[in-house]
Amino acid sequence: MHPTSARLLNILVPIKRTIDYAVKIRVNPQNTGVDTNVKHSMNPFDEIAVEEAIRQRERNKDAIKSIKVVSIGPPKASEVIRSALAMGADSGIHVEYPDSAPSPEPLAIAKTLKAIIEREAKEKNAPIDLVILGKQAIDDDAGQTGQMLAGLLGWGQATYASKVELDASGKSANVTTEIDGGSQQLKGQLPMVITTDLRLNEPRYASLPNIMKAKKKPVEKLSPSDLGIDLTPLLETIRISEPAKRQAGAKVETVEELVAKLKEAGFKAA
Amino acid sequence: MYTITRASRRFPRRNLLPKLYARSLTSLTSSDLDHFASFLPRTSIISTMAPFSDGPEAIAQYNADWMGKYQGRATTVLRPRTTEEVSKIVRHCNERGIGLVPQGGNTGLVGGSVPVGDEVVLSLGNMSKVRSFDPVSGILVADAGCVLESLSDYLQPHAHLMPLDLGAKGSCQIGGNVATNAGGLRLLRYGSLHGSVLGLEVVLPSGQILNALTTLRKDNTGYDLKQLFIGSEGTLGVITGVSILTPPIPRASNNVILALPRFENVLPLFGEVKARLGEILSAFEWLDRGSYDLAVKHGQGRALSEDEVEGAACFVLVETSGGRGEHDEEKLTDLLEFLLSADTPLINTGVLAQSPAQFSSLWALREGVTEAVSKEGKAYKYDISIPLSKFEEVVNMTKERLKNVEGVLGVIGYGHVGDGNLHLNIIASSYTPTIASLLEPWLYEHVSSLNGSISAEHGIGAMKTHALKYSKDEVSIEWMRKIKEMFDPKGIMNPGKVLLPREGNVMGEGEKEGSGTARAQE
Ligand SMILES: Cc1cc2nc3c(=O)[nH]c(=O)nc-3n(C[C@H](O)[C@H](O)[C@H](O)COP(=O)(O)OP(=O)(O)OC[C@H]3O[C@@H](n4cnc5c(N)ncnc54)[C@H](O)[C@@H]3O)c2cc1C
Repeated sequence: MHPTSARLLNILVPIKRTIDYAVKIRVNPQNTGVDTNVKHSMNPFDEIAVEEAIRQRERNKDAIKSIKVVSIGPPKASEVIRSALAMGADSGIHVEYPDSAPSPEPLAIAKTLKAIIEREAKEKNAPIDLVILGKQAIDDDAGQTGQMLAGLLGWGQATYASKVELDASGKSANVTTEIDGGSQQLKGQLPMVITTDLRLNEPRYASLPNIMKAKKKPVEKLSPSDLGIDLTPLLETIRISEPAKRQAGAKVETVEELVAKLKEAGFKAA
Repeated sequence: MYTITRASRRFPRRNLLPKLYARSLTSLTSSDLDHFASFLPRTSIISTMAPFSDGPEAIAQYNADWMGKYQGRATTVLRPRTTEEVSKIVRHCNERGIGLVPQGGNTGLVGGSVPVGDEVVLSLGNMSKVRSFDPVSGILVADAGCVLESLSDYLQPHAHLMPLDLGAKGSCQIGGNVATNAGGLRLLRYGSLHGSVLGLEVVLPSGQILNALTTLRKDNTGYDLKQLFIGSEGTLGVITGVSILTPPIPRASNNVILALPRFENVLPLFGEVKARLGEILSAFEWLDRGSYDLAVKHGQGRALSEDEVEGAACFVLVETSGGRGEHDEEKLTDLLEFLLSADTPLINTGVLAQSPAQFSSLWALREGVTEAVSKEGKAYKYDISIPLSKFEEVVNMTKERLKNVEGVLGVIGYGHVGDGNLHLNIIASSYTPTIASLLEPWLYEHVSSLNGSISAEHGIGAMKTHALKYSKDEVSIEWMRKIKEMFDPKGIMNPGKVLLPREGNVMGEGEKEGSGTARAQE
């Protein structure tokens, strides 16, 4: 790597393990949660975030020093970290909580991320310049983490990004973001938080050589207390229920029968 | 709603009977329609004939095959809801000598599912109920008209799956699958329908109902009649119910696409994969570079990145299914590590699905080839069984033979390597006699010289009746005929398919060899 006058950039990509989007969600019989004994994978918006970080490096080459992913989750969250490393991220952090713990809320996640970012700057001498994360996780659909993180850090934020142009030497970013009925272009100085929208890119497959390499990439394991964080939720889930079932329709044999049924149901010709 | 037209007048009957018919067959008249209307509801009859006089558009889809290659002239489609209704229809047609074409999802690729003339189409689409499922034994009993994919969906909450899967799953019916003895993408793992079908309910040409719908794994009580109907392509009777053994859904499945520098590596790769994956190997599918490029061009699944594709002569899709994810992954990783680190690697590189979405996307690249071909142009489809080592040679010989021939857009090969089944597709801007005559009988003769089969899984249909002799000897064909005549003495069931009537029992002039009912050849 060639040293350049400007300090090289470090990117952090927070990722979450969620139920795969192709799985049909079922509420458990006690109505306290959903059946989690199903296939999981990386939250699709986070996958887009990982892809974007890798593309930025492909575009900006040596200007990007590191891409680190972090997942705050139960033991199996290590699987999505491996996936991200196989896609091309350099290293990972796994902030692990037990399977039995309730899933943390966005505020606690944002605080954990803030603690990691401070730790990277102080202890690792690798200050984070850019956080790219999904605009929302498809399990609880909260859509708050990126915004809260930017607020806690006092950084600029560009949410729902559909295009990111990084000026590595100028340490700034031009971001096109999706807004109601159109898009807007934002420019901001790094450090910055960017949340990804669907149109930003299409994530790649993990190639076999990269999967093999990923096995040797470092993953640091931390507990919330290592970071001085309490993940206990502030809210209590009282009840989860499925949408009301639609009543089954009936087939009619003839147009006449259909008209009769409609009349019966109170429909009148206009 | 139906528009009233006099379309039926535009279809002069009787004199249009095709030459492939047995003498005894006759056309449907309005009094036959009256008879059907006496026990079928209006919604079960579509007919361009009076008194129904439905518009031609109502019947068009039943007359055209999936490839747009074969065109029937049926005036009437019947859509019964019960086995009894099927029986009444067939009995009447047999008495009157009216030809019948059983039709499932109409996805067949050999012109078997559309009439060659004006036979009545008997569509099973209204018979689509699951009759029973036993989650302990995994035995499913269903109406023949159930769509394959809807059966998979039905089984999913019970953690079972259909033992067969194919690209046409969204439209094809289990009855059609049985009638064609469809192979597909899971054959390597779960075997053929001759093994997994446990029983059938069939309406025989006489109208009799053959109830062999057992749910027994073992039943050695004489001749196993149901086997005759598996792969009979609608020529011996109408399948109305199917009892089939379904396996539990594997807890874990993975897939990879491997990029190979040359075809010669496929065979040694298959050896390694089989040896190292053992019981978790569930599919091994091959596609040449042309097939891959076509699938990508027509948006079937997400493409691999350019550097992964660079220098690849062909691709192999490997699927694993097993009971424990960690165990399977370990085996798969060992295999991949071996493949990547070998001194002379068999593969360039490859990709491993990281999520169910990617798993589907990789499969789409292989499954989507059939559809991509149909988007690209008109296809001559050859579905042959030959020794694996000859796959590429046959594709190359075909390319060479069709070089600079007008209208030929491409020649591609893909298929179920694990089963020795090559799909050879010639894509053209239109069906022409020149292309047809370059391909046949040349290709069939070549397959025959390799002791292969001219139809590995699609069947004979109308496309290959004349070519049966390349894969079956005279004695076999004679006994097939005897069986056909015994079940169906009047030849009403799917006439002109699989076997042609004996000479002398043909209406009109005998046809020349090689001429099917393909439009271009008419
Ligand atoms: C995209 C695509 C992919 C395919 N992939 C494969 C593959 O991988 N492997 C493979 O083997 N085939 C494949 N096929 C062809 C395959 O034969 C059919 O898709 C399927 O098995 C036919 O089912 P169907 O219900 O559409 O039958 P149809 O096309 O309606 O009929 C096929 C034949 O069966 C007869 N028949 C249908 N239903 C009945 C019944 N109830 N009783 C008696 N006879 C009946 C018809 O008369 C006809 O001769 C593919 C086709 C497509 C379009």
